[in-house]
Amino acid sequence: MVSRIMLREMAKGQSGTIASVKVAGELGRRIREMGMVPGTTIKIQGRAPLNDPVALRVMGGTLTLRNNEADYIEVEVE
Amino acid sequence: MPESFKIALAGNPNAGKTTLFNRLTGARQHVGNYPGVTVEKKEGIYNSTSGASINIVDLPGTYSLTAYSVEEVVARDFLIHEKPRVVINITDAANLERHLYLTCQFLELGVPVVIALNMIDVARDRGISIEVARLADLLNVPIVAISARSGEGVDELLQVVEKVAQANQDWEPVYIAYGEDIDGAILEMEKQIEANSFLTDTYSSRWLALKYLENDKQVIEKGRSFAGRHDQEKVADCLEDKVEEVGKHVLATMETYPEAIVADHRYGYIKSILRQGVITHTYDEDRLYTSDRIDRVVTNQIFGPIIMLAVLLGLYHFTFTYSELPVSWLESLFGWLAGFFERLLPDGHLKSLLVSGIIGGVGGVMGFVPIIMFMFFGIAILEDSGYLARVAFMMDRVFRIFGLHGSSVMAYIISGGIAGGCAVPGVMATRTLRSPRERMATLLTAPFMNCGAKLPVLALMIGTFFSNNQAQVMFMLTLLAWVVALLVAKLLRLTVLKGEPTPFVMELPPYRLPTFRGLAIHTWEKTWQYIRKAATVILGASILIWVTMTFPGLPDSQKLVFENQRQEISASYAELNGQLHAEGSSVPVSQELTRQLAAIEAAQAGQALRHSLAGRLGRSLESITWLAGFDWRTNIALVGGFAAKEIVLSTLGTAYSLGGVDVEKGGSLSKTLAADPSWDKAKAFSLILFIMFYSPCFVTVVCIIKEAGSWKWGAFSMAFNTVFAMLLSTSVYQLCRLLGLGG
Ligand SMILES: Nc1nc2c(ncn2[C@@H]2O[C@H](COP(=O)(O)OP(=O)(O)OP(=O)(O)O)[C@@H](O)[C@H]2O)c(=O)[nH]1
Ligand SMILES: [Mg+2]
Repeated sequence: MVSRIMLREMAKGQSGTIASVKVAGELGRRIREMGMVPGTTIKIQGRAPLNDPVALRVMGGTLTLRNNEADYIEVEVE
Repeated sequence: MPESFKIALAGNPNAGKTTLFNRLTGARQHVGNYPGVTVEKKEGIYNSTSGASINIVDLPGTYSLTAYSVEEVVARDFLIHEKPRVVINITDAANLERHLYLTCQFLELGVPVVIALNMIDVARDRGISIEVARLADLLNVPIVAISARSGEGVDELLQVVEKVAQANQDWEPVYIAYGEDIDGAILEMEKQIEANSFLTDTYSSRWLALKYLENDKQVIEKGRSFAGRHDQEKVADCLEDKVEEVGKHVLATMETYPEAIVADHRYGYIKSILRQGVITHTYDEDRLYTSDRIDRVVTNQIFGPIIMLAVLLGLYHFTFTYSELPVSWLESLFGWLAGFFERLLPDGHLKSLLVSGIIGGVGGVMGFVPIIMFMFFGIAILEDSGYLARVAFMMDRVFRIFGLHGSSVMAYIISGGIAGGCAVPGVMATRTLRSPRERMATLLTAPFMNCGAKLPVLALMIGTFFSNNQAQVMFMLTLLAWVVALLVAKLLRLTVLKGEPTPFVMELPPYRLPTFRGLAIHTWEKTWQYIRKAATVILGASILIWVTMTFPGLPDSQKLVFENQRQEISASYAELNGQLHAEGSSVPVSQELTRQLAAIEAAQAGQALRHSLAGRLGRSLESITWLAGFDWRTNIALVGGFAAKEIVLSTLGTAYSLGGVDVEKGGSLSKTLAADPSWDKAKAFSLILFIMFYSPCFVTVVCIIKEAGSWKWGAFSMAFNTVFAMLLSTSVYQLCRLLGLGG
């Protein structure tokens, strides 16, 4: 079963495929240029002590993202 | 005959550009395992084996060629306006897909590119193998696998670069398909652009159209000003209208934005190339790398903060324990120097200037060199290993509440967040912050931390007036510094530095073993900066302070009064001595004489100080500072402390006319203050607060001006901090008075 959830709701260790990134401007551009575009697989690597920001595995590297920034990213998960 | 030409090193942050630059040119630029270390372009010369002298430019790292950040503008303007013969695109072989995003944009720009597949050693370790020839074929660009760190492949890379440079071809933009909507718009806009020769001298028409669609502010602005100059407002309007139209259309039909479509297609293009058997993984792609395994512990939600605390405490322990010995060597060296001139020179202005002014002032600051050196060596290890990026990651949530950024932590710590740092390197460390507003807020508040120079004065005050619980008070003051810095940062971010927080999308680089060369460069670079400042700024300030505390000297009539006193006393003692001599006990009398003479000497020095420029200044300031409880002598010390905070203590000592007493140890000054009825706990606490928060020292202000890019911020921090400290001290002092908490 494939379902769509927001990146913020993903659990540690869970992986999925980015479905959409709904933000323009600087934030949207920063997210996209780092490889977070529809079709990219990501995996939640961990969260900072206060649960924010979140660390993701993207294309073999590790990226960090704040929760309110992750809210623009929709992910398809199994 | 080999010619000379210019090439550029460009690529994503942390790809190894500076490492390669240093290797090729022999330069010693800062390398660090943290994205965004290089912020300005740096030039150097490489003499190739064939005899060509190649001018190499190291550009700041960027993820793309839009114009959002300063680094991007620097890199893009360089490529477009200075047209380097070749761009060496440094990519990370272990992260190829993401790094090719920028490569795409070089290709679209058309500049001749040679790809350096860097960190091939890391890729190999991770079991990633890359078909270099096939990738080169597919992209139609020469590619060489290298390791900038070990030098592997670098010679070959340069041979290829020279070949491409010699061919000296015209720029050949590559076309990437962006789907119907965008491509259609590009075609239409291109026609407009070409028909009107709109900015075609600078940009190719397709690239220009694409940048308009990507909503590139710099390009759109340039279009506006070009239109204004050439009476082509219509063309500019037309282009902007088209962009708006496409934007509306894709938002309505696909719920997306033109710039998003462009980015998606670029990644699509990259994926389509890499899919053709370019990369093979020996191990499971999801396998945890060593770096990830370290992170499982080091950034763990529970252990992470504990380890961070331990690391930071360890850094301080390391710095202060190991620098103790060299600091004491330097102190004795300057002590010896002072003693030497003391003996060599006759009494007078020259001796006083040299011994108390120059050696005292500069020596006091030079004494900190070992601390600075050890501190930076430790910080270099944290940065080069990749740990610093993790600290930013873990602290971001807390700092964001106050309008700062995860990377602000390091600047605070270096400035004295665990009492004993220095604001100068702290302010410089804010460079790693990418957003200008958060960076400004950090560098303006970092000087609130209790740096090593404030410590001696604070220790003296605490020791004298709060001796019952010294450790607790010191700890509270450290906490207070953090609270005030964060609150003021918040205040600034709500007023003069208002603005949205910058995105935190950041790369956590893999842990790497620091190289000795990298650590040495880093440490030396920072230490040398400090020494240079001490030898220039502090030297000047010390002389200035000495002058204002010495001139104008007492008028002759007053000097005569003291001289007469001296002679009177000497004469009366000589008489007394004569009497006592007959009785056979002369010793206690001559001691008493010396004591009385010294008292006169001290009174004269006090009178001279009161009469001097500094004394007058201190007295005139008294009209405001009495509110916070400071007398004129304290004022002189505080004004002197602007040159360097260490000077507060020594000036206070001098100002209390303790001539000859070793004020460094604080013992006697402490006793004097304790015995002085005008001093009490309220005044001491008020002074402590003022010293902690008033204007940063001169060197820090110079540094703030340099880092903020405008003298206004330097002036702001002096004025703002001083007013703030004055208000704080006054309210605390007056409140204590009111509640009768003085004694
Ligand atoms: N293992 C390995 N590490 C490398 C190699 N090249 C560079 N590094 C390391 O990668 C890190 C980044 O190197 P820099 O040269 O500072 O990177 P940069 O591209 O100049 O980075 P910015 O200035 O931030 O854009 C440093 O820790 C280097 O030691 C390499 O070939 N192999
Ligand atoms: Mg660099």
